[in-house]
Amino acid sequence: MLPNVPPVCYLIVSALIFAIGAVGVLIRRDAIVIFMCIEMMLSAVNLSLITASHYLDSLDGVLMVFFVMTVAAAEAAVGLAIFVLLYRGRGTIKVDEINLLKW
Amino acid sequence: MEIFKIQFSAADLKVIAPELVLTIFALFVLILSVFVRRQSRGPLGYTALVGVVIAFFSLFLGIGKEIKAFNGMVTMDPFCLFFKVMFLIVAFLTILASLGYTKREGIDLGEYYVLVLFATVGMMLMASGVNLLIIFLGLEVMSISIYVLAGIMRDDTRSVEAAFKYFLLGAFASAFLLYGIALTYASTGTLDLAGIGEVLTRQAWISSLPIVIIGLALLIIGFGFKIALVPFHMWTPDVYEGAPTSITAFMATGVKAAGFAAFVRVFFYALPNLQAYWTQIMWILAVATMTVGNIIALSQTNIKRMLAYSSIAHAGYIMVAFVAGNELGKSSILFYLLAYVFMNIGAFTVVILLGKKGEENTQLADYAGVGFKHPLLAASMSIFMLSLAGVPPMAGFMAKFYVFSAAVKARYYWLAVIGVLNSAVAAYYYLRVLIYMYFREPERELAVGAFSPSAVLAVIISVWGVLQIGILPSTFLALAQRSVQFLL
Repeated sequence: MLPNVPPVCYLIVSALIFAIGAVGVLIRRDAIVIFMCIEMMLSAVNLSLITASHYLDSLDGVLMVFFVMTVAAAEAAVGLAIFVLLYRGRGTIKVDEINLLKW
Repeated sequence: MEIFKIQFSAADLKVIAPELVLTIFALFVLILSVFVRRQSRGPLGYTALVGVVIAFFSLFLGIGKEIKAFNGMVTMDPFCLFFKVMFLIVAFLTILASLGYTKREGIDLGEYYVLVLFATVGMMLMASGVNLLIIFLGLEVMSISIYVLAGIMRDDTRSVEAAFKYFLLGAFASAFLLYGIALTYASTGTLDLAGIGEVLTRQAWISSLPIVIIGLALLIIGFGFKIALVPFHMWTPDVYEGAPTSITAFMATGVKAAGFAAFVRVFFYALPNLQAYWTQIMWILAVATMTVGNIIALSQTNIKRMLAYSSIAHAGYIMVAFVAGNELGKSSILFYLLAYVFMNIGAFTVVILLGKKGEENTQLADYAGVGFKHPLLAASMSIFMLSLAGVPPMAGFMAKFYVFSAAVKARYYWLAVIGVLNSAVAAYYYLRVLIYMYFREPERELAVGAFSPSAVLAVIISVWGVLQIGILPSTFLALAQRSVQFLL
């Protein structure tokens, strides 16, 4: 049995995690850490979806979570491959040193 | 808990026939690419082309009735039919433009065409999905394919950098979109677009909950990234400049159109009750997008980068129609996107043709004297530039005309005025290309390889499209109007 926590608490926790992730993306300089922050944002969304799904008594949210996890895995595969490629060419994946293209 | 009965019939498969055909062909090309030798990779592109054509004809299987398939997940209505045809045109022209280009740049891999086809499938799902889950999945299928395509020139650091930037910002934006979806779901209890609209109509008090408004804002951010609205446009110039030119054309037209398809569908289908909230935000976004895009484009000397900023500005014009939101506004969004497909792919194909291996020749100075060396090519480029600038009788003029008259009809006079002023500013940098081509002496000999016949065909089709839409706009507008009828 779940303890009797009001759903809004879960939603607030999820919003906090999402915000931490978003801030992390904006202030960190290492591509891997930025990517981890993005994954954290996705997990925060999953928490919201599951909370909503549980309290609304509907399966849609849980279903969505499975797809979000799959998409996150696919994204990680492509993203890490791009990081490796970049590291081979440039020897760094610090975002402020990736500046060939700019106006 | 509701019980899911997973069942589907052949009728369901007919609705997604083009997606199925494209997927099958993509897998087929993937397998084929393993078995052909490196020198004989030519047929791969043609196989993909055949797939696109067959997908086009398979559209007719699902036409006729407005049906929903797979338990109301996807639909086949005139709106998505219009967009599916547009995406197939985009894929067709992109592959035509790529055939010679990929060979020249040494990226004539099977994966290239496979990913173009998969990205097209994603776009189609975005246009046909009537459930937020499908729209999200379509968006991701499209985006992940494009991340790879942007960086497919593995030895070119600029291409890899473009992929890197697009990936990080794209994933960041998807997280926002997803959170918007989650909050919308949490407040309305359904992911079905029609269901969301119903709940918001039935229980109007929900519309004013902060959670709904935050969800709305997050959805705007998520879609705004994909269609490059200011202030979510930062990735656009870098990615468009670094990616292979054929993929830039694909992104500027296909991805943008798909983003708008889902954007229109979600906002006019599920969230029309919140129109009072979102028109204000969109008004500001439209003005910012047009103005910033055009003003920064003025100072660009790289033609790919200039077209990137111009594509931002064009998203702004389309947002004007979005804000207007009346019947003409909605249909002119579709009309504008169709016109934009032809003129933009045409312009990028000319850019492809004027380059050669190792030398992209994308600086404006490289275009000096092209008008005399390659008169026909320069004439087509002039047609595309004039169309982008909005000069009659090109497609771009009619598109802008409809957009701005929609704004005037909806009494957004200031928006129309700002839009018209913006297109006056934009004329400067489009016409500058013409000036370089016809009135400047070349500083150095422009070395151009042999033109690939398929890319020339793509240019011819684009010229035809631009002139056809510009001279006989009523046919296309009538099509667009029929396509948005269900949204009224």
